[in-house]
Amino acid sequence: MKRIAGNFLAVLTLALTVVAFVHAALSITGAGATFPYPIYSKWFDEYKKQNPAVEINYQSIGSGGGIRQVTEGTVDFGASDGPMSDEQLKAFQDKHGFGVLHFPTVLGADVPTYNIPGVTSALNFTPEALAGIFLGKITKWNDPAITSVNKGVNLPGNDIVVVHRSEGSGTTYIWTDYLSKVSEEWKSKVGKGASVNWPVGLGGKGNEGVTGQIKNAPNSIGYVELIYAVSNNIAYGNVKNSSGAFVKADLASVSAAAAAAAKTMPDDFRVSITNPPGKTAYPIASFTWLLIPEKFSDSAKRDAIKGFVGWMLKDGQNYVEQLSYAKLPKEVVAKEEKALAKVQ
Amino acid sequence: MSPRLRWRKFVSGFMLTMTGVCALVAVSVLFFILGYLVYHGGRSINWDFFTKLPKPVGETGGGMANAIVGSAKLLLLASLLGAPIGFLGAIYLAEFSGSKVAFVVRYAADLLNGVPSIVIGIFAFSLAVLPFKHFSTLAGGFALGLMMIPITLRSTEEFLLAVPRALREAAMALGASKWKTIATVIVPAAYRGILTAVLLAFARVAGETAPLLFTALGNRFWSPGWNQPTASLPEMIFRYAVAPYEDWNRQAWAAGLVLLGLILVINIIARAILARGIAVPRA
Amino acid sequence: MAATTTVPSAGPISGSRSFLSRLRDGDEIARLITFLFAVSVVLVTILLVFELWQGSALPRHKFGLYFLVTRVWDPIAEQFGALPFIYGTLITATVSLVIAVPLGIGAAIFLAELAPARLSDALEFFIDLLAAVPSVIYGLLGVFILVPLMRDYVQPGLKSALGFLPLFTGPAYGIGFLTAGIVLAIMVIPYIISVSREVLMSVPRDQREAALGLGSTRWESTWKVVVPFARTGIMGSIFLALARALGETMAVTMVIGNTPTISASLLSPGYSIAAVIANEFTEATGDVHLQALIELGLVLFLLTFLLNGVARLLIVLTSQRGSGTAHA
Repeated sequence: MKRIAGNFLAVLTLALTVVAFVHAALSITGAGATFPYPIYSKWFDEYKKQNPAVEINYQSIGSGGGIRQVTEGTVDFGASDGPMSDEQLKAFQDKHGFGVLHFPTVLGADVPTYNIPGVTSALNFTPEALAGIFLGKITKWNDPAITSVNKGVNLPGNDIVVVHRSEGSGTTYIWTDYLSKVSEEWKSKVGKGASVNWPVGLGGKGNEGVTGQIKNAPNSIGYVELIYAVSNNIAYGNVKNSSGAFVKADLASVSAAAAAAAKTMPDDFRVSITNPPGKTAYPIASFTWLLIPEKFSDSAKRDAIKGFVGWMLKDGQNYVEQLSYAKLPKEVVAKEEKALAKVQ
Repeated sequence: MSPRLRWRKFVSGFMLTMTGVCALVAVSVLFFILGYLVYHGGRSINWDFFTKLPKPVGETGGGMANAIVGSAKLLLLASLLGAPIGFLGAIYLAEFSGSKVAFVVRYAADLLNGVPSIVIGIFAFSLAVLPFKHFSTLAGGFALGLMMIPITLRSTEEFLLAVPRALREAAMALGASKWKTIATVIVPAAYRGILTAVLLAFARVAGETAPLLFTALGNRFWSPGWNQPTASLPEMIFRYAVAPYEDWNRQAWAAGLVLLGLILVINIIARAILARGIAVPRA
Repeated sequence: MAATTTVPSAGPISGSRSFLSRLRDGDEIARLITFLFAVSVVLVTILLVFELWQGSALPRHKFGLYFLVTRVWDPIAEQFGALPFIYGTLITATVSLVIAVPLGIGAAIFLAELAPARLSDALEFFIDLLAAVPSVIYGLLGVFILVPLMRDYVQPGLKSALGFLPLFTGPAYGIGFLTAGIVLAIMVIPYIISVSREVLMSVPRDQREAALGLGSTRWESTWKVVVPFARTGIMGSIFLALARALGETMAVTMVIGNTPTISASLLSPGYSIAAVIANEFTEATGDVHLQALIELGLVLFLLTFLLNGVARLLIVLTSQRGSGTAHA
């Protein structure tokens, strides 16, 4: 009996090793942002169906992880919800001798969600109200900053329970980027980043952690990604944009947010589109980027990645809306196609 | 019956009942958890689950075939690393060592045991991924193996020491050398405990996600050989459970159930293979 | 029986022979090989500490020992302090052991002494399975089942009954130190039950019989003779449990509230070292931030070191001649 077990084990090990030589496809590894994971996994799957010889394996370990791993060289490309800073670009350059390029892929947005007993309609939030709530200065739901723009809604005098993301995330980056732009106090006291020192609030893990907290705690408010709110039928509020209109986040308003930036897009594509100009623009939106090194030593990998990006900019964009992401503006697509030539 | 005796008898009955209550509480929690898993996971298990690759978001169906194979490979590697080190190290501590060395080794093992799994992952990353510039199954197996070592070591040592002195002395009296005593008398006498130790360590690492995040990474497709990133059940469970898609959530529960089922099956097989009639009477 | 067999020498008696001739002895080789394996454990641990030390150079130079006593954790301003996390780790580990140790030992006694053999084996089999449940599933169960239970029944109940104690004050969110402690208790109980049961079962029958023969009740023979005999094994299982409680990541972060707070109340949300490392490591972009997290790993290591030391000291101080060698 023991001999059988031993033999079985040996055969199993052999079999698993042999499989290595039988597998023929080119395997590419990428890692990074979690926010676009749903659309990326869809894209890489579709791409493989059309190009069976190329297998792109993307793992969502977080934007910071994506930046770190692509800099270390352990993955072929990275992905991030926030653009790399100048120091990070320099670190990459120093390590490899060449640079890394940003390629925007889709647009997404953060929405404010809440749970107030008795309130069923969509609330309006001004930038001052949001900053005040998350700074801990506005503590009750019937504060004038909130009630003045929500006439007709019966807001109770209960304490506001703030919920934020506990782990570092691109979602937090977008939210705090917005707050830093609309509130000097937030900018100096807290700042923008994937992880910040929150003045108040409970930490929920992931979008579902935040949603769970909000569902279970009356009088709470938090922020989640639009696609998450949509697929889970969560009520979320409207935010006042820079033109003074209260805008609900949806594909149209998110695309409008990118429209203004599209015209003035810098060559390296590193841009923030929170609080943009535009009457119909939603103020808390963002691009998400692929981070692709300028040079590849393996030409097969390089061609495969370039092929994918080209496909992504054309056919790939047709898949994004059904997953609640907004398409890239035409001008950005055109600019990216030109930039693709830089990858050697 | 004297009042004192009556009191002692009462205490005895009471305390023994309390232990029964403790066992009941522990077992109820256990069966609740298992039941919940079976209920939620059972609904989503089908043949596809075991044979197909995961589907991207929005498409229902698909399975976790690559994760199942990946977990099997990772656990095999982990056992090859963790079990021998733990087992042989425990033999040294129980049979050969002086108290000072034993103290240091035990302390080190307990420290290693207390390291959060994510720190082990970071450690394994810098040793097994960074120098080679890619994520791999080997690195994942290495991280998990590290976690198996202390549990196996400490538990095996306890069970070896629990073997009655009488057996050792009998063997020595019959002229057996030390290593022969160990191999033919002590280890077989403690076999059930040693098996428990290894299986406990195995079960522990089978459900770990954090160490794999930076070593085996994850893979949407099949992972050939040992040098590529690979999917694994705990990683898939983590990813799917916290996702906003109901279909994925159900698959996560199913994967949890499958993982548990796998451990159960391995448990049964291991005990069946190594069962033999042992001379040590159950006390 | 006229033939004599040469008894191979082993142990200290062989100290005077040359190394090579001792090597031909099976025993010496066995000793050497097992020694190497045992020592490798120590080497790995030292290497781990070294890596952690190296990897946390920046914040160590910047903050020095203040890291251990500062409360602020601000990745943007690059100010890092470990105190809230140390506090959270210690509190949740304590709560979990306070719950798990009595329950676990009680259950182990029941399974080892009272339950019929078949039932005991069957139950043990399933309890071992609990150890295999992935920590993320514990986290999910915690979030979906335990947290609402705590928020709606247990925490308000504790507040009304024991609210005068500073331990049970503050709003009842459902999450927090107590909830995390309970989840951890469930996670570590299998180790205590499993290992304790095995050592209890291996206590020789004559020990029990001697006690009973002297007129003790069943409980007395168990508690005063059998359990002390198995003391070191039981302590070992508690060490395993403690280690798991200190290092558990996923399940804790889902129910502890992830807020770096120091509060006397068990109902308050908090944070633990393992949880914050898991939460922030993948997204940490600044070098100081990343290394501060690694330094937290080092701090946890130190914590484990100290706790183990204290526990071992206690064992040595309360040592009896129970199981022959009260080894630490």
